[in-house]
Amino acid sequence: MNRALRPLIATTLIFALAYVAAVLQYPSMLSTRVLGNFLTDNAFLGIAAVGMTFVIISGGIDLSVGAVIGFTTVLIATLIMWAGLHPFAAFAVALGVAALFGAVMGAAIHYLKVPSFIVTLAGMFLARGGASVLSPDSIGIKHEVYTAISRSYILLPGGGRLTVIGLVMLAVFAVGIILAHRTRFGSYVYALGGSETSAALMGVPVARTTVLVYTLSATLAGLAGIVFSLYTSAGYSLSALGVELDAIAAVVIGGTLLTGGYGFIAGTFIGVMLQGLVQTYIVFDGTLSSWWTKIVIGGLLFLFILLQRLVFSASSPKGKVFWKT
Amino acid sequence: MTAGDTPVVEARGIVKIFGQHRALDGVDFAVRAGEVHALLGENGAGKSTLIKILTGAYQPDGGEVLLNGAPVRFSDPLQAQGQGIGTVYQEVNLLPNRSVAENLFLGHQPTRFGIVQRKVIAAQARELLATYGLEIDVKAELGSYSVAVQQIVAIARAVELSGKVLVLDEPTASLDRNEVAKLFEVIGRLKARGLAIIFITHFLDQVFAVADRVTILRNGQLIGTRDLSALTATEVVRMMLGKDLAYDQRTLGVAESVQGPVRVEFRGIGRAGRVAPFTLSLHEGEVVGVAGLLGSGRTEMARLMFGVDASDGGEVTVGGRSVTIRNPQQAVAAGFGFCPEDRKLDGIFGELSVRENIIIALQAKLGWFRALNRDEQNEVAGRYAEDLDIRAANHDMPVKLLSGGNQQKVILARWLAIDPSFLILDEPTRGIDVGAHAEIVRTINRLREEGLALLVISSELDEVVAYSNRVVVMRDREMVAELRGEEITPAVIVSAIAENTGAKA
Repeated sequence: MNRALRPLIATTLIFALAYVAAVLQYPSMLSTRVLGNFLTDNAFLGIAAVGMTFVIISGGIDLSVGAVIGFTTVLIATLIMWAGLHPFAAFAVALGVAALFGAVMGAAIHYLKVPSFIVTLAGMFLARGGASVLSPDSIGIKHEVYTAISRSYILLPGGGRLTVIGLVMLAVFAVGIILAHRTRFGSYVYALGGSETSAALMGVPVARTTVLVYTLSATLAGLAGIVFSLYTSAGYSLSALGVELDAIAAVVIGGTLLTGGYGFIAGTFIGVMLQGLVQTYIVFDGTLSSWWTKIVIGGLLFLFILLQRLVFSASSPKGKVFWKT
Repeated sequence: MTAGDTPVVEARGIVKIFGQHRALDGVDFAVRAGEVHALLGENGAGKSTLIKILTGAYQPDGGEVLLNGAPVRFSDPLQAQGQGIGTVYQEVNLLPNRSVAENLFLGHQPTRFGIVQRKVIAAQARELLATYGLEIDVKAELGSYSVAVQQIVAIARAVELSGKVLVLDEPTASLDRNEVAKLFEVIGRLKARGLAIIFITHFLDQVFAVADRVTILRNGQLIGTRDLSALTATEVVRMMLGKDLAYDQRTLGVAESVQGPVRVEFRGIGRAGRVAPFTLSLHEGEVVGVAGLLGSGRTEMARLMFGVDASDGGEVTVGGRSVTIRNPQQAVAAGFGFCPEDRKLDGIFGELSVRENIIIALQAKLGWFRALNRDEQNEVAGRYAEDLDIRAANHDMPVKLLSGGNQQKVILARWLAIDPSFLILDEPTRGIDVGAHAEIVRTINRLREEGLALLVISSELDEVVAYSNRVVVMRDREMVAELRGEEITPAVIVSAIAENTGAKA
């Protein structure tokens, strides 16, 4: 068995066990209603986490994700409410700006040989600051498109609602899985995370791949911003504070190695859902402070980093070799 | 070369200059289809520079590279690979985190509507590796296989993408005997397919086992290209080390110089896989030279003596008293000094001043609580700088601005400052100019006269002969000979190194 699969299997097991335990305590948690809310409430986090998974597999990190989400919500709100743009036009502009922002960060990381941590930290301050300059106050978005989107959903058996933004997240995961595992671009991303020197010698377009990875991450953060603005019907410069860290946690809990080279998009999905489960449990309980979410996530994160250490530092199993002479 | 025997790849009059140093000086090199051509030379001979020029990693400053008779210029290794020259390095440059199949086809995966055809790739990978006599699960991570298998996967990829010339840069360095045999089988098959194979190694027996011709470089110069069938191991070693056997005289009656009592004795010191246990004693006022080819265990021996690597067993006595040496601190406390082979990497602190570089070992020996004040520092640095004639504008300039010879003297001064009783010099004259060369040799002789025990490792046989009272010869990580008195001549050393290396000696 591929040893990289082990953390993913562990995550899946933990999620299943935690869900069963929660359902035993609160039977009403086993409903499509709760599941639908899982998807809706975590849509923006899930979308951003897909981009983060690509970045981390490539051996980098993107700290600007939360700030880009915040900036995008403000940009969309100002474009719609102040400039009178149609929401879809505003979405297109926002995605374009986010993509360009990511491309510039990727180029800086590759060509200036600055660690991604530093470049995206600068990106974080820029985006967050830019959002505050656009508007320091929250801007409510009122538009018939927003009302229409928030009213439309697919009714699941049992009364659950699969909302548009939940669907967007599922689609992003589906495309992400194909992109990572079934395209040349995906194999280049894993190659970068494995060894940049080897990748370059093997003909991987290192510059293009690096730029594209950060472009992808920022674009998905932009999409997460759009989803967030649909979710809250507002644009606020301080929204989605610290979401990049939640996304990193989801990626790592999902079995992706922080040092790059190994990981699964599907694992990130479970990582996001696990965070959602903890939050939902706390809501059901009603007596616990919401900060318990952070404590549980912190504990899980620590557990998984330990687990990865064990799996990857143990001498790898030797493959069987048959020599024909 | 007869007509119709046009080389696949040819280098003509290659010149490569790094700063002041001519790494390659008018070197010619040609490889024919269907031959295994060994490229030999000691460190700094220019082998890797030549290979880097052939594979596009460097551009030559003079001369030209021809591929199938037409001049080519590669701007990077990818371009060379695209035109037919593939390279496999010692440290396999593939991706251990990806499957074998992906490593074989990365960047060239067959796709349909942008989706990689994984089944097709796996089937092709299995088929391809079968032609190399290898049957493995191609979907498993490359990193789960031994270096030998990774090596063959790398060869398969290089041949698949290039197909004319295969450069093997020390492929056998980390393989065991069986794996080397498998690799040679693969090389044999590729040779039969008409590939031109360039084989770089330090192991002479492997050269004789697998290669048809050999080209030998020394100090950036072409020494010659020969058919191996007409050569003996001794002749090869002589060409590599540049020893003209006619030149045989001993300098200055070194062997007869006065020797004191035993200063340091190493009994049964060794480390599995690095150096076989050896026993060696050094007297006061004695220089013991260490000769041997690169990779013979010379440097490993020095590292064990100084405690950089811990010995598996054995005993060290200094002045008759038993001491434990498991790390360099203990070695310094016992009065040892060590000038390592790679000055820039392991020796100097480039950013620090001459003064700081000189006093650092002394200060380390004294400990934190007895800091040398500025006057003491200046005094110590000044004394040794004058003693060794270190030429620096002032003692506060960064040591990296000094010439190689002066840097070497700074390191020497550093150890002399702790007043050592035993000094290890690993290649003290490498990469420094001829004038400084002579000065270092003079310094070694002077230190001997002052009663130090010295161990000097050098590839320059003339030098070893000039200053050594005794010479030990290393081969295959083992001390194989100890020469004294009249035996110390380049000819005897060369034959001691070459003995039993090839099928014929």
